Amino acid sequence: MNTLDLARTQFGITTLFHFIFVPISIGLALFVALCQTRYYRTGHESYLRMTKFWGKFLLISMAIGVVTGIVQEFQFGMNWSLYSKYVGDVFGAPLAMEGLIAFFLESTFLGIWIFGWGRLSPRVHLASIWLTSIGTMASAYFILAANSWMQHPVGYKLNPVTHHAELTSIFKVLTNSTVLLAFPHTILGAWTTGGMLVIAVCAVLLLRRRHSEVVSRSLRMALPFTLVAVLATMAFGDGQARLMEKQQPMKMAAAEALYNTTKGASFSIFATAGLERHPSHLSKDIRIPHLLSLISDLSWNGTVKGINQINAAEQKKYGPGDYVPIVGVTYWTFRLMIGAGVLMLLISLGGLWLMRKRKLEVSRRFQKLAVLGFVLPILANWTGWIFTEVGRQPWVVFGLLKTSDARSPNVSSADLIITLSGYIVLYGILIAIGGWLMSREIKHGPEPDPDPDQPPATSSPSARRELVLSY
Amino acid sequence: MHADPTFLEGLWFVLIGILWIGYFVLEGFDFGVGMLIRVLGRDDVEKRMIIHTIGPVWDGNEVWLLVAGGATFAAFSAWYATVFSGFYLALFLVLAALIVRGVSFEFWGKVESARWRASWEWALTIASAAAALLFGVAWADFIHGVPMNSAHQMTGTLWDLLHPYALLGGLVTVSLFFTHGATFLSLRTRGDLEQRAKAIARRTAPIAAALTAAFLVWTALDLHFSAARVVLALAAGAVAAGLPAAARRESARDAFAATAGAIALLMVVMLAALYPNALPSTTNHAYTLSLAQAGNSHYTLVVMTVVAVIFVPIVLAYQAWSYWVFRHRLGREDFEGPGTPTPLAVFDQKFPRKEDSDRETAAATPATAAGDGTVQR
Repeated sequence: MNTLDLARTQFGITTLFHFIFVPISIGLALFVALCQTRYYRTGHESYLRMTKFWGKFLLISMAIGVVTGIVQEFQFGMNWSLYSKYVGDVFGAPLAMEGLIAFFLESTFLGIWIFGWGRLSPRVHLASIWLTSIGTMASAYFILAANSWMQHPVGYKLNPVTHHAELTSIFKVLTNSTVLLAFPHTILGAWTTGGMLVIAVCAVLLLRRRHSEVVSRSLRMALPFTLVAVLATMAFGDGQARLMEKQQPMKMAAAEALYNTTKGASFSIFATAGLERHPSHLSKDIRIPHLLSLISDLSWNGTVKGINQINAAEQKKYGPGDYVPIVGVTYWTFRLMIGAGVLMLLISLGGLWLMRKRKLEVSRRFQKLAVLGFVLPILANWTGWIFTEVGRQPWVVFGLLKTSDARSPNVSSADLIITLSGYIVLYGILIAIGGWLMSREIKHGPEPDPDPDQPPATSSPSARRELVLSY
Repeated sequence: MHADPTFLEGLWFVLIGILWIGYFVLEGFDFGVGMLIRVLGRDDVEKRMIIHTIGPVWDGNEVWLLVAGGATFAAFSAWYATVFSGFYLALFLVLAALIVRGVSFEFWGKVESARWRASWEWALTIASAAAALLFGVAWADFIHGVPMNSAHQMTGTLWDLLHPYALLGGLVTVSLFFTHGATFLSLRTRGDLEQRAKAIARRTAPIAAALTAAFLVWTALDLHFSAARVVLALAAGAVAAGLPAAARRESARDAFAATAGAIALLMVVMLAALYPNALPSTTNHAYTLSLAQAGNSHYTLVVMTVVAVIFVPIVLAYQAWSYWVFRHRLGREDFEGPGTPTPLAVFDQKFPRKEDSDRETAAATPATAAGDGTVQR
């Protein structure tokens, strides 16, 4: 591995790790806010128990997401100083806005929410979890606006002296057509992740025969929530793919491993080849005729551009070189992402169907499936991210700056190996302890339903007030 | 090369300076409290109290650093790129310390075992001290200058950053933050712990004051302008005399204001000594990275100024409000009994109000005692 590979590996590993927890936090923050809103509106104690139970998972996820997030922001300067100098005038603005507008909001109000039980009025306390949730989403918007600029640079000019990109319109950067689709796609994916986590944890509790009102109400909320979120994620993803054909045709062609421009192109379902930019042949290839033309051009015999033709066009435009990403990676991450999405759709549909039939709480087969189902959103988030980043290669900023020209020249391989090993050890400990804490919370379970023989605590107005204040 | 910074560049230098001052004043006591957990906490109840004093705010405090980094990226990309890639291993150590510190609060109370807790207390202590030391070393290096070539790439190794002047800077921040943590604890607790926190602050304030004064005098000797030397000498005198005197006073508020003021003064001096440079080069004065060279385009600075004018007051308002919400002193009686003080456990705790003797709540309250939110005073 050369220093460039090491720097890329470090960015990849730290980002993928961080990106386990970010979607969980975004999804759960919204779910917890919804639970607490229902409690606020109905006064039903089971919603309070739900708020507290899911709140614990939110806190574990946020804690790890926050500490690993600092590494993300600092890494641009540490490992990619030439990139930082080149794009800083444009890229720094959304990043600074993310800190000032979103990070302060989410971290301050999360602290207020955790420690404010019983100290704040119910309305203000409820507002604090909503502000946390809004903060997590605002943060996603700014970082995706920054990333979308790397996929499709807008609102900039090149400085004739420094040859660096300079911002000319922040409005164009923040309303980039790319981010307008990437944001809903990613946020809905995060909501799906939160929903799938809730479903999986409920399934574990059901398998252990620890049925309670918290479990049934959580499932009643999470199943439709997840179904809608998955469907909408797919719809925006489809929009992204169509936009990508115009903005980054190479990425889409590489997603389909279509080497030559074809009329009435068939769709490949399963293919294997070496992990090279130009593998000599596909060893296995199962295809459905005409489907790719139907999907991308909405016509039976539509033309779909191939990798080789796009590469030739880009060579003409950007000078000699190879503009093809590693096709095996884009092809398979794209398929795994979509496959995971379809499976999540089936799980949420199946769960809703069983719920209607009142069989959800007895179907062990579904429960086991739902527990395993939690790997799906993480797989989809990971592969989606890898696809969009690897598919852009060799560019770090599409059409402007190559990844090979972006790293810190004064950071050596030894430096990178030291820090990479350090991150792997630290993050390994973090995930072990985070996973262990979550499994303890599952084992501990939500507070049990109140004993029906006892008079409910909400009977008198004074007791009601006390309970609101007492947590 | 020697062009003066524009008005907006100067403004952003001041804004970034304010973010650093805010970060050190706020997270300074988080670091101090972290270093003090084993010094002041005599048993688990006291340690739980100590962690709870910063529980609601430390994460928000850390964002000041993130925003300082983000603002540097947005306003002075070349400064951000040069410092972050040049202080590479030092910065990695800072990140590792911040990660360890952040999770040690969370994990401390998770297992009822003396060894487990002692391990996390040591992790918290060492990580807090390491972060405090590294920040002081880094800032002393910033004003002293670093080996750097004409392309504004730092050329030295980690060891080149650890010369005596920088190490003195590190000792200054460690001692100041340690004392700051003690005055903060005396402000946020009551009873025996409050008194012991005061006693610690009284003992360490003269040390912190002496180190700070020595650092300021050394900085003055390196400067060429006589007027600046006089100002620095006055500042050194003010800290040397004022800080120990304030720590001896009965009012915890005065003592806390004095440690916060000393940290702010130190940072103002550092920033003034750095201006109009972003990072001086010790290799050749001509290679120094100036703010004017590092500054981003006029348009970007205008955009960021508008964003800052709108959002900085809002952020300050709600952060101040969060400190107001959690202004109550914590006492031993709030934490007696088993249970954990970590954020997760807050959810399991019932918070009976002392003046209210509602039997239903009392019956529902398990052995778990109340935490931070117990009593409204």
